[in-house]
Amino acid sequence: MNFNPNSSFLYGIAIFVIVFVIIQSLFFLIRAYRQAKKIGMDMKQVNKSIVSTAIFTLAPAVSILLGVITLSKFMGIPLPWIRLSVIGAITYELPAATTTANALGLSLAETITDAKAYTAIAWVMTIGILPSIILVPILLKRIQKGLINLKNRDEKWGELFMQAMFLGMISAFLGMVFSDVRSGLPGFIPLFVLLSSAVLMALCGILIKRFKIKQLENYALPISMIGAMIVAVVITPIIQ
Amino acid sequence: MNYQDKTHFYGKIWIWTAVCVVLLVPVSICVYYNAWPEMTAVFKGLLGVAPIFWTVGTIEVITFTPMLGTGGSYLAFVTGNLTSIKVPSAINAMESAGVKVQSEEGEILSTIAVATSSIVTTLVIALGVVFLSILTPVINSPILQPAFKNILPALFGGLAVVYINKNVKVAMIPMLFMMILFLLVPSMASSVGILVPVGALISIAGARFLYKKNLI
Repeated sequence: MNFNPNSSFLYGIAIFVIVFVIIQSLFFLIRAYRQAKKIGMDMKQVNKSIVSTAIFTLAPAVSILLGVITLSKFMGIPLPWIRLSVIGAITYELPAATTTANALGLSLAETITDAKAYTAIAWVMTIGILPSIILVPILLKRIQKGLINLKNRDEKWGELFMQAMFLGMISAFLGMVFSDVRSGLPGFIPLFVLLSSAVLMALCGILIKRFKIKQLENYALPISMIGAMIVAVVITPIIQ
Repeated sequence: MNYQDKTHFYGKIWIWTAVCVVLLVPVSICVYYNAWPEMTAVFKGLLGVAPIFWTVGTIEVITFTPMLGTGGSYLAFVTGNLTSIKVPSAINAMESAGVKVQSEEGEILSTIAVATSSIVTTLVIALGVVFLSILTPVINSPILQPAFKNILPALFGGLAVVYINKNVKVAMIPMLFMMILFLLVPSMASSVGILVPVGALISIAGARFLYKKNLI
């Protein structure tokens, strides 16, 4: 059988996987929403959280679509579509495709036509990412038990521990913007973008706290992120 | 069974089903095209990525599950894109509502945020695939490239203000460490995933020191 990485069979598999992901997400969303009602949470706040999350997600989702487009030149659309909708991230899928293609002596510049090479890449992408999904049901309860014990022993330290964890994650991404600064002014662009986002968030904070514009609370992150992305579009041609 | 126990119960069913679905993709392609790959090709490919990504995957489970809660974890690890979408979404939802991560409200809002972002992401990608020929030139246009290239600084700049404000003293130690590290070893930018737990460990150690000395 002739192999085509954009065949209707592969599209069929992709649609099956995408429907599975949406049903799973809807299942968790509806359960959590019902529980929020049951325990008397402020449903206006819950609804605002849904809208704000949806807005915030749009820009990163488009950047993932960019990943699908990048990989589709080599692998067709269905497999990158599946991989980037389930478990995957472009930071993993691209190296997985590249290393396997290199091992097989294939060029990433041309669309793959060999079915065996295609399935080899599909297996590498799948096996390489499996631990992060398999370990969740195995470790989650144990991790949570550890955190509860920590909090029961010393509540203040338990809270500080979680704050420190968040700050540790954020600091890794803050530090990353300094990785190119030694290469000259264009290397400062990520730093300028980060600072713009921080300034916009601080402005939102002032508007919320000083001027009591409470509606901004849920939209501060999407505003600062999209604002900083616009800054990136404006300053990049000027600096480069 | 209470809500939390039921979430574990359903979460495990969903996640193991997801494992089967994920494995079914390469199996069905191999069967349909009768094209089972050479084991050496798969092994060589895995050799290049598995040592790093299995480590990162394990570390991500340990680092992110406390931030995501039960429902959020079972869902986020299936839908992926944790650092760029799921974790920030959950943090932002809980922060905006003023609830703590390990409270029941935090658990619910985190799950809602992860589920919403999963649905939106899946729909955006699906729509993008349908309208690929129209969208590709727009998304790939050189004018918009800097926006997508800088999505992580644009996201974490805002988040940083919220969290640094909460505890400047704890924030300074990991921030200074990461700043110096990336200035000295710029190539580490490609391994930022590994540095997330490193940052967390340094931050926790620093916080513990300050706490013991009654400085925070």
